[in-house]
Amino acid sequence: MIEVDHLSRHFGPVTAVDDLSFNVGAGEILGFLGPNGAGKTTTMKVIAGFLAPSSGGVRIGKHDVSRSPLAVKRLLGYLPEGAPAWPDMTPFGLLRFAARVRGMPVSLRDARMQQLITQLALEEVLLRPMESLSKGFRRRVGLSLALLHDPAVLILDEPTDGLDPNQKQQVRDLITSLSRDKIVIVSTHILEEVEAVCTRAVIIRRGRLVADATPDALAARSRWHGAIALRLDRPVQADVFAGIEGVDDLRSEDRNGQDWTLFVTRDAVGGPVIDRVRERLDAIGAPIREFWLHRGRLDEVFRELTLGPPAESA
Amino acid sequence: MRATIAIMLRELGSYFATPLAYVFIVIFLVLNGVFTFQLGGFYERGQADLTPFFGFHPWLYLFLVSAIAMRLWAEDRRSGTLELLLTLPVRLREAVLGKFLAAWIVVGTALLLTFPIWLTVSFLGQPDHGVILASYLGSWLMAGAYLAIGSCMSAASTNQVIAFILTAAVGFLFTIAGFPMVLDTAQGWLPPMLLEAIAAMSILTHFQGIARGVLDLRDLLYFLVMIGGWLIATAIVIDLRKAG
Repeated sequence: MIEVDHLSRHFGPVTAVDDLSFNVGAGEILGFLGPNGAGKTTTMKVIAGFLAPSSGGVRIGKHDVSRSPLAVKRLLGYLPEGAPAWPDMTPFGLLRFAARVRGMPVSLRDARMQQLITQLALEEVLLRPMESLSKGFRRRVGLSLALLHDPAVLILDEPTDGLDPNQKQQVRDLITSLSRDKIVIVSTHILEEVEAVCTRAVIIRRGRLVADATPDALAARSRWHGAIALRLDRPVQADVFAGIEGVDDLRSEDRNGQDWTLFVTRDAVGGPVIDRVRERLDAIGAPIREFWLHRGRLDEVFRELTLGPPAESA
Repeated sequence: MRATIAIMLRELGSYFATPLAYVFIVIFLVLNGVFTFQLGGFYERGQADLTPFFGFHPWLYLFLVSAIAMRLWAEDRRSGTLELLLTLPVRLREAVLGKFLAAWIVVGTALLLTFPIWLTVSFLGQPDHGVILASYLGSWLMAGAYLAIGSCMSAASTNQVIAFILTAAVGFLFTIAGFPMVLDTAQGWLPPMLLEAIAAMSILTHFQGIARGVLDLRDLLYFLVMIGGWLIATAIVIDLRKAG
């Protein structure tokens, strides 16, 4: 269990993290979201023990990060922002160094290294200096360093940044395949990633918490939640849909009027709106060819929560 | 201890994987040669000792050790590797000590490689080997003191050039603390006790003590305290910057 408790962190006059509280339990993969400069990286640095909190604190398990940093760092696998590494070292050298610092027995170290080298496809660059590696390889070496000791808690600051789509998928698979009793915090600004990987999402804005919910629950806050996408047999005019109870807005998705999206009022979601729509369309001789319901759009909710006038805490 | 050694070995690997250590060693040897033979009048003196050789060491270290010390922390901080290092389960003092020891070993290696001059003087005459050995030890300790100052300055700064200048400046102050030009200026307005304290802080005075072949416990202690004190200061500076 990670408990972030009224955490604040200032840099001179700038407040990077402002009275932030949230918990993460075992088995959870928490997506940590926010626009650039919202305080994600600062928060992760405090959790990893690299920065001290200005006030408040972080507990991991039964350890306070400020009071017993060593115990926390033993539990923790941390991928810092940008996956830094000494440019003259090879991935092999880095892994050996981390294993030595962590006091891993040689047999365990070799087994883990072999496993990670295969999992993250590092074989071909193993003996090349970090400065000669591509961004994608550097990121994956950083991940291997974080995963080396099979940590109970993983803090990953933008783990898929700079990876190509295939590598992104590999890393996501890796994260979801971690055993069920681990705690994972992943910061990202790629929202599909949150839906694909995370069991919960925390959104911060200017250092403050603005949302803490499952990705589905967050997506359900968007006006796209429960919206009906239609494809009709023949084009119709917008006024066909006028006055259907539960439909509060609509838009045409193509030029000729065959594809439509009907937005549904909050209390009508999951209700009989679709039946009313079908009746109406059947009556004018433009039957539905296909339709589906939107789950809601995380990007829209994200925008609403992080732009415009400061919203109240949720 | 384990982490200290791991960090020391990693740093040593970095010194020798890049041209850094080689350049340092070569320049150190060349300058030593130039100073000893050209400026020091090694042959002209007609004495079988290494006084001119060791006499230039404080000044050599002042900029060469500052140069090697400036990257100790500043580079790691700038490149983000400091974050990688300090989020591993290491105590701050282990990291400080590991980095210091690696740099100290590099300087020590350079110093050891001046052994031909010892051979030369042994070949030409009958030097006091005890004095030479003590001088080597003193020189290495003195290098450690400059290095520890540099460690602290490097920790305080993200910019390596600033770290270099600060190290050289503070090192210079400590070097000349016992000189008349410092003491005379302070004479009028500082209480005698403080004046004596300043004089006692001089790197040069303590080094010259050892270089004469007198291994005074106070001189040894002085260097060890200097090294320990500045390394503790390094850890404090890093801790302060963590809190911001």
